[in-house]
Amino acid sequence: MLMNKVALIGAGMTRFHHSLHKDKSSRELFVEAFLECLDSVDKSISHKDIDALFISATASEFFEHQSHIACLLSDWTGLNPIPATRIEAACASSSAALEIGVFAIASGMYDIVLVGGVEKMTTLEVDEMTYALMSGLDHPYECILGVSNPGLYAMMANAYFEKYDSSWEELTSISIKNHHNASMNPKAHFQSEIMDIAKKISQKKGLKFDNEMDFLKSPTNPYIAHPLRLFDCSPVSDGASAILLASSKKAKKFTDTPVYVTGLGHTSGTMSLHDRRDLTSIPASVEAGNRAYKMAKIESKDIDFAMVHDCFTPAEIIATEDLGFFPRGEGGKAAIEGRTRINGEKSINTDGGLKAKGHPIAATGTAMSYEVWKQLRGEADKRQVNNAEIGLIHNVGASGGTAIVQIFRR
Amino acid sequence: MVESSKISTVGGDLNDFTRNEAGEISPTIENFFRYCSERKLMAVRCEQCETIHLPPRPFCSKCYSSNLEWFKLKGKGKLLTYSIVHVPPPQFETIAPYAVGVVKLEEGVNLPGVIKLKDMKNLNIGIELIVDFETLPFESWLGRTRYYFKEP
Repeated sequence: MLMNKVALIGAGMTRFHHSLHKDKSSRELFVEAFLECLDSVDKSISHKDIDALFISATASEFFEHQSHIACLLSDWTGLNPIPATRIEAACASSSAALEIGVFAIASGMYDIVLVGGVEKMTTLEVDEMTYALMSGLDHPYECILGVSNPGLYAMMANAYFEKYDSSWEELTSISIKNHHNASMNPKAHFQSEIMDIAKKISQKKGLKFDNEMDFLKSPTNPYIAHPLRLFDCSPVSDGASAILLASSKKAKKFTDTPVYVTGLGHTSGTMSLHDRRDLTSIPASVEAGNRAYKMAKIESKDIDFAMVHDCFTPAEIIATEDLGFFPRGEGGKAAIEGRTRINGEKSINTDGGLKAKGHPIAATGTAMSYEVWKQLRGEADKRQVNNAEIGLIHNVGASGGTAIVQIFRR
Repeated sequence: MVESSKISTVGGDLNDFTRNEAGEISPTIENFFRYCSERKLMAVRCEQCETIHLPPRPFCSKCYSSNLEWFKLKGKGKLLTYSIVHVPPPQFETIAPYAVGVVKLEEGVNLPGVIKLKDMKNLNIGIELIVDFETLPFESWLGRTRYYFKEP
């Protein structure tokens, strides 16, 4: 339990994109997210109000040959001499940073803490980037065997298809929905429906696609790791996100509509996929969800909307089952039936998810809470979930060595 | 990008197993790969609770005993799941696309690995596979021999 209640009082993020940020390194990216975060504080805030920084960059050693990045970002955001610490948990890095920020405030040590994440990924070619991200896997038993991140989720997908008698077609409901949601999100990497992308490609290449499935089944959507194709995978994006946290006492000085952190669940699972009994679930996600629900004193049915970790399309289906939103084997069917659309039974990945919003690794966790912040304050425009009161984020490190679930309320 | 050729072998001589004070071969990842270079697929078993650990680890994560003994696995199992990697990291570009999978060994533990079949059309969940050994096309800190799976 937290000794003191903690609130979000500001949130900012860059657009996630593969080419827009060519001239920016991690520091410029994070500064951009930070400045929007400062501006988002309703009653304004000064640099001098901020007591500490917990920041994530997952693989900046590979991408930019830059470690020791926390103090660099403290300097570039004009926050020196506050303490700055880097938190790393693969793709779950910045939600881990948010959690540490909450602890730092709840302990009474600080009043205002900045948390966030940044990843500059496009410095590497795709194959080298693939290898860099494989550093988040069990090196001797996955990496040197040539098992990539998409390969691991592809293996989960095949195990799922076998167990529940489903198929790749089920996965397309996730990418189609998430592209639709991202088409309404000005921060998203892809802001277009899959069919719009298909039309563009068909004009360029003189091809014809009758519908989304026709396009998704074509060689224009090549295999990355069978059965996963390009449109089953989150893209390579540059980006940053930032959240300002405050003690509930101080929060009122900065905003009349804070968003409260009410549930935290953070668990570790086996680093290797092979070490798990069931390959169709991520046990760490189940446990992280249970812990967050218990702390927030709610059940999965009480969640109005959720950002779940859809680094690859099967991951969203598995996540919605692991979090208790749908029974085992029915996550994909629920998506096909439209039950996970915005204002469906459970709005999932209203921001477009990792799939279409983009996935600059360490920026993802706090970008999920950025969307929760927008939704709970009624600022999500066309993506707005009606009567959104309780939102959840689910952020997974690699194939499930880390799982973090956080619950927020108005 | 760390070039694969620049990754040094930390364990020194591949044939020189590291040992504890009692002279027994230590339950380390490096020693697992040293055994591979002798064409042996080895795991450790907890002498107290009989849990098998693959990869080997310094103490039993079930009962916390440090009494672990090496034993040779039969190297036979069934395929639990698989994928075919089409977009690989640089070291694997020459062999892509290639199949990887998780195999449930007869001893009850799972092991991931590359799968090579004469006819890849036979790649299906549930097929029987056996372990063999090959030389890696690149150097890693684990030496150059790795295991893989093939049809019996």
